[in-house]
Amino acid sequence: MAPLWFNAALCFELLATGGFIVFIIRQEKWIFRCSYWILVTGFLFHTIFLGYRYYLLGVAPILDLKSALSFFAWSIICVYLIIQGRFKLMVLGSFVAPFAAFLMIISSAMPWTQEPVKPLFKSLWLTIHVGTVFIGDALLAIAFLAAIMYLIQEYQIKQKRLGAIYSRLPSLATLDSINYYSIIYGFPFLTVGMITGSVYAQYALGSYWQWDPKEAWSLISWLFYAALLHQRIAVGWQGRRAAIMAIVCFSVLVFTFVGVSLLMGGYHSFSSMGVR
Amino acid sequence: MLKIINIGMNHETAPIELRERLASESDNTLKALVSMREIDVVKEGLFLSTCNRVEALFITEEVEEARKSVVSFMCKLGGIRAEEFLTCLYVLEDMDAVKHIFNVASSLDSMVLGEPQILGQIKEAYAQATNQKTSGVILNRLMHRAFHVAKRVRSETDICGAAVSISYAAVELAKKIFHVLEGKKILLIGAGEMAELAARHLLSNGVGSVMVANRTFDRAVEVAERFNALPVSFDEIGAQLFDVDIVITSTASPEYVITRSQVKKSLRKRRNRPIFFIDIAVPRDVQPEVNDLNNVYLYDIDDLKGVIELNMAQRQEAAVKAGRIVEEEVVKFEKWLKTLAVVPTIISLRNKAESIIRAEFVKSNSALGELTPVQYEAIETLTRSIVEKMLNDPIVFLKGKAGRSTLNTYLDLTTKLFNLNDLDALPQGEELMRKKVR
Repeated sequence: MAPLWFNAALCFELLATGGFIVFIIRQEKWIFRCSYWILVTGFLFHTIFLGYRYYLLGVAPILDLKSALSFFAWSIICVYLIIQGRFKLMVLGSFVAPFAAFLMIISSAMPWTQEPVKPLFKSLWLTIHVGTVFIGDALLAIAFLAAIMYLIQEYQIKQKRLGAIYSRLPSLATLDSINYYSIIYGFPFLTVGMITGSVYAQYALGSYWQWDPKEAWSLISWLFYAALLHQRIAVGWQGRRAAIMAIVCFSVLVFTFVGVSLLMGGYHSFSSMGVR
Repeated sequence: MLKIINIGMNHETAPIELRERLASESDNTLKALVSMREIDVVKEGLFLSTCNRVEALFITEEVEEARKSVVSFMCKLGGIRAEEFLTCLYVLEDMDAVKHIFNVASSLDSMVLGEPQILGQIKEAYAQATNQKTSGVILNRLMHRAFHVAKRVRSETDICGAAVSISYAAVELAKKIFHVLEGKKILLIGAGEMAELAARHLLSNGVGSVMVANRTFDRAVEVAERFNALPVSFDEIGAQLFDVDIVITSTASPEYVITRSQVKKSLRKRRNRPIFFIDIAVPRDVQPEVNDLNNVYLYDIDDLKGVIELNMAQRQEAAVKAGRIVEEEVVKFEKWLKTLAVVPTIISLRNKAESIIRAEFVKSNSALGELTPVQYEAIETLTRSIVEKMLNDPIVFLKGKAGRSTLNTYLDLTTKLFNLNDLDALPQGEELMRKKVR
């Protein structure tokens, strides 16, 4: 059953991605509307898939990289749908949908694992920990995408190349405020995620903080984002510099998410999560 | 056979002096419509006169005679001799005329491709024609189709898209930087017509306040009064840079009025809020390196002209697509026009049926006795639907033959078959019967 829902979600999300790409080229509103609803359908299937897996495993399905990537894709689409309601920015979908679809493609290429879950993981704390971290990550990913769009648009305006890209991207002020709000909301989620994680660690492993590589790198990413927020709020950074910093911060975050898990081991790594 | 004729001249065929004379007086359109109504051979007429074009559109059976009369009243209207006038005129017939009107309405024939005023002017001309009752079946349909085509062209192509004037281009850029212009502050340095126009466009797009600086303070005060703005002295410019969002410069100063270091110093105080410099002056007023600073955008007059050129090219491209839409609609209109020939026969066919129904109803009246309204209704529905069904196939057949060369043969046959020529003009009122029922 689970692969069926997964594939349905994957199909619709790929279809939506195609639609969003056609939309950014053709600029016709009905294409956006179709793509948007296809994405919503994909999101629903994705939600069913996650719910079903949660029901099967008794814990949020994030214990291997395949599931984690798919959960991340789901979080990004979720955050996008919320932001879309607020900003009504049609072009954002053309960046978010391909990003989510990319994660889903990687996820789909990985094998399904059928290992039973250690009882240790069956804890609500873990689900809250992962849920908040991922929603935070998704918001920061949107901030990252907005930063890229900002840099592209800024380059067009500075170089006085007001062609097809310029007319398709929104105004600099809009992109900057998406970047800002995504970080303002994403950062607390990240913070709460780290705190709940450490509470869970105390409950499960008997210690709040063990300098596991993932913990250390999470702290580093957290400090990077804290620095960015400080510069934005206290020093008044905005525009180009804030965008570049958002991209740097997100690279650190991606390394924390993928790199550390694959390269550095520790109890956060996926290989340690199965039953040995 | 009715023909659609369009006689006109535009910015390409006629010099401005000539167009002026026809457009000079505001009630010229009215006069033209009145004269058109007086010409017997002109069945329907419409007259459009703007500063860029004059068009007389009419429906007639006698092309030559009507053309002469229309040209002569146009001469009279402008006080022009026919000789100096004829070379500037174009005369278009039928589908060429239809295509021309569609092009004009969609602004494909305008001096500035895609300019939006022309549609309003055509609508006004049509409103006057309907007021003067010079517009009939064909022109009504034609003009409504023209408005429809214009709407399609506007929504399906980018012909009215990007700005093609300096001041509009500046507004568009400002919107791409600030998103909304509400509450933004402009500083106008120096005064020139173009700079003031740009400021005015920004104001009409919601900009909050304007300040005006000039070498001579009196002049600043004078310009400021026109905008309801605040005059500031030239020395204050540096301090104003901490605060304003858009700076428009157009002084005659030979050296830079605003330098890179000056702007750089202001950035910290501005807390990196973006600032947009529009430099319309030649030689330039703002040091070009200002553009390299973060959150600072500088466009000089050449940059803006470049933007406009690009946008013009875009409109040209859109015009090709628009041309296809026009062609498509011309074909549709032609189809409709051809069905017109069938209409009189179909009407007499229906009239004949109607008169038969009525006559037979009267005959049977005594046999039917007193009818309740429901019964009356039922009988009427019955007879009518029998007749409708009988006539449906011949009518569909005739409509299908519209525009074919064999059409006249079939029209003739139908007329003979149903004996439509000596159709008795029976009383048109159903009231007669209704009275009887009650």
